Amino acid sequence: MSGYLDMELLRFTTAGSVDDGKSTLIGRLLYDSKSIFEDQIEAVKAASDRLGNEEVNLALLTDGLRAEREQGITIDVAYRYFATPKRKFIIADTPGHIEYTRNMVTGASTADAAIILVDARNGILEQTKRHSYIASLLQLDNVILAINKMDLVDFSEDVFNKIKSEYEVIAKKLKLKHIHYIPISARDGDNVVNPSDRIPWYKGNTLLHLLETLPVQEGISELPFRFPVQYVIRPQSDKFHDYRAYAGRLASGKIKVGDRVTILPSFTESTVKAIDEGEASLEQAFAPQSVAIRLNDDVDVSRGDMIVKSDNLPSIDANISLLVCWLNHRPLSIGAKYIIRHTTDELFGIVKDVYFKVNINTLENVPDDKTVKMNDIAHIRIKTSKPLRYDLYSENRITGSVVIINESTCETVGAGMIVESLEEQTFSI
Amino acid sequence: MSKNKLTHLKELESESIYVMREVAAQFEKPVLLFSGGKDSIVMAHLAYKSFYPAAIPFPFLHIDTGHNFEETITYRDNLVKKLNVKLLVGSVQESIDSGRVEEETGVNASRNKLQTVTLLDTLEKYRFDAALGGARRDEEKARSKERFFSHRDEFGQWDPKNQRPELWNIFNGKKQLGEHFRIFPLSNWTEMDVWQYILQENIKLPSLYFTHEREVFERDGIWLAYYPFMQLKPDENVVCKRVRCRTIGDITCTGVTISEANTLEDIIDEIAASRITERGGRSDDKRSEAAMEDRKKAGYF
Repeated sequence: MSGYLDMELLRFTTAGSVDDGKSTLIGRLLYDSKSIFEDQIEAVKAASDRLGNEEVNLALLTDGLRAEREQGITIDVAYRYFATPKRKFIIADTPGHIEYTRNMVTGASTADAAIILVDARNGILEQTKRHSYIASLLQLDNVILAINKMDLVDFSEDVFNKIKSEYEVIAKKLKLKHIHYIPISARDGDNVVNPSDRIPWYKGNTLLHLLETLPVQEGISELPFRFPVQYVIRPQSDKFHDYRAYAGRLASGKIKVGDRVTILPSFTESTVKAIDEGEASLEQAFAPQSVAIRLNDDVDVSRGDMIVKSDNLPSIDANISLLVCWLNHRPLSIGAKYIIRHTTDELFGIVKDVYFKVNINTLENVPDDKTVKMNDIAHIRIKTSKPLRYDLYSENRITGSVVIINESTCETVGAGMIVESLEEQTFSI
Repeated sequence: MSKNKLTHLKELESESIYVMREVAAQFEKPVLLFSGGKDSIVMAHLAYKSFYPAAIPFPFLHIDTGHNFEETITYRDNLVKKLNVKLLVGSVQESIDSGRVEEETGVNASRNKLQTVTLLDTLEKYRFDAALGGARRDEEKARSKERFFSHRDEFGQWDPKNQRPELWNIFNGKKQLGEHFRIFPLSNWTEMDVWQYILQENIKLPSLYFTHEREVFERDGIWLAYYPFMQLKPDENVVCKRVRCRTIGDITCTGVTISEANTLEDIIDEIAASRITERGGRSDDKRSEAAMEDRKKAGYF
């Protein structure tokens, strides 16, 4: 049988504009890995003809909305899928324009890796810094700098090395973890899926091979156990009269039957009686599994509570410092009350202060500007209506993130990453 | 596969179960849209797993165009009995009879588009505030921009340019009075994932998905199942072929595939080798380039 039931899943984001060849690159990955079907290609050919494009425009394959095709721009994050025998891939394809920072942040929030495209002729631009800053802000473990259009610089190793050394300075400043440099030509396919004999001096992986071998889910099950309770399962049937389980998805770590746990915020302790997954009972579970946990003691647990191991508790505080990306056309308002969603918990938060804004093009902090508008990134402090049980975002992407909601419009207006307060702040850029 | 890593199917399952439980926790009156197709059958399976041993905490809703394959209805009735869930049916025929919609005429007449009105009327009648659907982002280009929690205004409309950002695994289901959400737990699944999962979980499917003999005719390069209520063009002839359904929807717009695939393994091989997308056989998508986007904006599934 030609399908594999035990592949791994890698989520990555691509940032860049059509000019960098991003759509061509994605088209190339999908096409060369045989993930594009005949009827899709025919639809794109027909649309290219109608728009008067001479060549088949692969960007039309990736732009889903009528307005996008008409204006030739990408408005929103689009998700695309392809698979090789080793892995299934989810691409969060995000537009690269400056006004779409919020989309890049959204796409990066669920990604394990980022591909950042650089046009070999232009080298590192402001937008390269912007994309890299977001990869760093969202704590992506792997950044692939794809130096594209190598065919237009005669496949020059010098050009590649110059861009690489320039980027190393930025990567260090942004504390990026693992960086991979690949010289490619997305248009002709060099080093995308197949190795290139036109770039003999490059001995590394092709892009696809790299994507197939990057570590995934690494470490998440090694972090401290965090289990935000989502829902309480109580069958109220004769057969399962006394059954009561706490359903949720492990945010991090692992748990096994018999482990000693503490329920927050009550600080009640108990031990794990059973871990259920549908009709099956498991000996242990690890992140990011969805399970239902039963405890040995009759304790009060409800949605929004967090079950943790008794020997490793999270931070508990109502004064929270955030790096926030603002997502809404109504600016952030100091002193205003917002709804804060943190894991499965929901509470209120008042914005106490804006400490600085980040100029993501120059990577400089701007301390005296307190107007946080859509697509801005700022360091703020909030006071919550009850203490949050959290970890720093740098340690845990799930228990370290919050979403800010406008109480009257119900819209999602901000995305926050919990950081150390400014006094303890070491995150300087 | 190393010890503490999930397979792609396990990770997708875990994500979908998480979404189902969020819906049960965040909404007052959710409903699961059940069409009898393989995606909604997988949805039913995931819902069962999400809340076991408790019953699924929401009813199923079938929007019935009246043009169903009989096997779908039999399968549906058996499944709801087995799962002990309440089944509601919204009837397109009733919407036609009451004058809410007008039946399309001509050879390409389909009740597919009419379903939108019946769906929105039914959601409003029961005051459902969240409708779970089995749509996937890989199905169609307008769907690739869809959220897990997709906001609909009080007219049931989707505004693709003004969607709520969805970050990490935090879903915002807050809404104003009269608005509702469409929820898509299978967003990140592909057609192949669905079939692999059906195989892995040993899920029973209607026999329509496997090869069988059927009266069919060819229109615009697509094989359609023949039923007496369908109008043939003069040059179209009904012939008998061995076919199977790759998707199951309203008969008038569901293409069938010439196939000898008899087992799930056969089907997976066939899809792996296929060069046509599964919606390639759906004539409702071919009405224009933005056919799906337009229907979705109006409140379609």
